[in-house]
Amino acid sequence: MGILSSAVSITRYKVEGKLNEPVLETILNGLEQNLVSEIDDDVSERAVGWTSFESPFKPDFRGSSFDFGSYLSFSLRIDKKTIPPKVFQKYRDLESARRLAETGRIYLSRDEKQSIKEDVTTLFHRKLPATPNVYDVLWNLNGSRLLFFSNLKVANEELETLFFKSFGLTLIRLFPYTIADLALDLSLEKRDRLLKLTPTSFME
Amino acid sequence: MLDVSVSYNRYKFLGHEFLTWLWFLIEKNPDLLNQLNPDLVSLEIGNRIMLKNSTKDSLEIITIKGDDAGLEEGILALKKGAVVTELNLHSQCGDLKWQFTLKGESFNVSNFKTPEPGPIETDEDIAGAVLQKAFFYENIMALIDTMFKHFIILRISNKWNSEVVPLIKAWIRSA
Repeated sequence: MGILSSAVSITRYKVEGKLNEPVLETILNGLEQNLVSEIDDDVSERAVGWTSFESPFKPDFRGSSFDFGSYLSFSLRIDKKTIPPKVFQKYRDLESARRLAETGRIYLSRDEKQSIKEDVTTLFHRKLPATPNVYDVLWNLNGSRLLFFSNLKVANEELETLFFKSFGLTLIRLFPYTIADLALDLSLEKRDRLLKLTPTSFME
Repeated sequence: MLDVSVSYNRYKFLGHEFLTWLWFLIEKNPDLLNQLNPDLVSLEIGNRIMLKNSTKDSLEIITIKGDDAGLEEGILALKKGAVVTELNLHSQCGDLKWQFTLKGESFNVSNFKTPEPGPIETDEDIAGAVLQKAFFYENIMALIDTMFKHFIILRISNKWNSEVVPLIKAWIRSA
């Protein structure tokens, strides 16, 4: 989902921590060292990494293409190979039948079944292209705020992990309690009262 | 600060109460919204409200959607003890219009439509469009935060139980 799409979903974050100077160079290094790798021609099932916002399938951060003045923009890409279950079952059954015929047996052991499952999985992972999912990030450096263009739990968890690994900064998800506690400049006394709140009933 | 997942679950009700209060405000006191956001021309309920009633033993989820859907079912649900869990809103500042759905427990925004940036024909246009969109997105985030801050200040004050809750109950009763 993209910043320039006509309808988007957004999860909000506060960014905690301080980047080493020079800031743009630190960010560039973090992005390049954690670039998404291409897995179409190998046996990997999944890849997670950064990519550029304008060319997500040919990432290139040279020339600070992620720098939009007061905002930085780049994307998280999660590539995954998914084997259709019925296709997997077909090839697993074919391979099972072949091994049984070769050995003249009626049953396969549990280890043999597991081995067939792994072999078929590897076969498909080598042949299948990965399906890419691209999620844009809009980072307001001055305000220490970040917008992530997805509400998917898995995508958000990957973002939080990779962001910390790349930049040494923590993302704090902004939901009602954290907004009230961190982002509304409440006094200590008011934050203490917030902690003690319990639900209201609007029923008569 | 509390552990994130503990605070998320323990204080979900804040988001639900905020959305219920916001609905009440839109219906009964839209002037306050203008005072909080002087640039705001209008804020209206859109085409979707989701409510949840977990006061009984079973969980009841009520979804009202569609451009012509009446909100009476929603009020009836509130009378039975439901809370608003998601709200679709239409807002206007000047000539610019936004639509978005806000989920109470997470403050995740979905189906978020902003004004369109200018046409994109060159690389410079892309940068301009990104900055325009950033402005449009942050505009609504600031609106949500301003209203939420007002709600929280009220919520932790004695006024909540002595003044606000009776008004909301009266609104639910009379609607």
